[in-house]
Amino acid sequence: MIHLTVNGDPHSAEPGPAESLLSMLRNRLGLAGSKDACEQGECGSCSVILDGELVCSCLVLAADTDGSEIRTVEGIADGDDLSRVQEALLAEGGVQCGFCTPGFVVAATHLLDTNPDPSDDDVREALAGNICRCTGYGGIMRALTALREDS
Amino acid sequence: MRMIIPRSLDEAVEAAAAHPEATILAGGTDLMVSANLHGLRPEAVIGVRRVPELAEWEGRFIGAGVTYARMERGPIAALAQAARTVGSPQIRNAGTLGGNLGTASPAGDALPILAALDADIVLRAAGGERSVRWDDFIVGPKKNSREPGELIIGARLPDDIPDRQAFAKIGFRNAMVIAVASCCLFRAEDGATTVALGSVGPTPMRPRAAEAMISAERSPTPAALAEFQRLVSEEVSPITDHRSTEAYRRTAAGVLARRLLERVLG
Repeated sequence: MIHLTVNGDPHSAEPGPAESLLSMLRNRLGLAGSKDACEQGECGSCSVILDGELVCSCLVLAADTDGSEIRTVEGIADGDDLSRVQEALLAEGGVQCGFCTPGFVVAATHLLDTNPDPSDDDVREALAGNICRCTGYGGIMRALTALREDS
Repeated sequence: MRMIIPRSLDEAVEAAAAHPEATILAGGTDLMVSANLHGLRPEAVIGVRRVPELAEWEGRFIGAGVTYARMERGPIAALAQAARTVGSPQIRNAGTLGGNLGTASPAGDALPILAALDADIVLRAAGGERSVRWDDFIVGPKKNSREPGELIIGARLPDDIPDRQAFAKIGFRNAMVIAVASCCLFRAEDGATTVALGSVGPTPMRPRAAEAMISAERSPTPAALAEFQRLVSEEVSPITDHRSTEAYRRTAAGVLARRLLERVLG
């Protein structure tokens, strides 16, 4: 049995052999916001913040997270109030099918938390690990640019 | 699956001694792909991600737990350039130098830097520590000479590292690619030049004849540069696989080495 903190709440789980953090979040803790796509760290849909670092939860061994602190996309909105990143993505058409959106929200939130005034290159670099097949990144870039100008 | 999470280097060495067959897990970026896609189910895992001593970088000693994200911001330009080509921010936050050495892939992005600098790999077991030069450590594709019960604790670089240094790699696109060919080059003030290449042989390799030839040229002429490129291409031993062909890699190796030399000569 492992014990970890997810979005500020204590959780316990018994992960299976070689089970990923992504699988544990989705299938044992009922947190299905992180999406399960490539399972090899290429798409970014499962991005979470693990002990302060942005990582792909599909590449983290669940059993290795005992005592860790994790923030998932479920921990970003404030109840029914969307975060400013989520609002901006909606306003700028940065959301289409939405499958990649949780990963983008987590990565973008982490970027703005650690670098409130990123350059265009900083934004592109920070989102380089997240793949979107629908919006084509234009809306996503506009959303983050708007947030930067706000700040 | 038995999971052991040591919180100090001593605990990690004890765990490795007690479970010599255990899989050592650092950032997980290689191991979890094998688990997710290829059904790898290790009996025992020692997770070293949170061993603080392994994350230390002191002078010329880089701990095995140092991540690519830190190498990217570190003081060794060629290593920083190599680290920046690795995966994505998510991967660079997780993947470590020790993991790169443990996996010993011919395409390991940090490995040509260690090879070009003749770095020593430092291993520790319950009985003590030993240092192994890079080419005695990486002995084949995904094969290294770590013994059961040993931990890779880091890499030791030489004190004198030339300022003229560069790394480049060829892949299908800019991000998230495994190298088709990679190259690292250091050139000292007196002309002494070391070159190492990745993904063009079973292990990182040094084109010794090309190094000797160009090291003797204080101000390389266009003819000398062309000969250097030719020798590098001749000395590599690439294969054809799903990422590229033998012929392309042979050409690419020479072109990469020559371009890096031109870059450091300014």
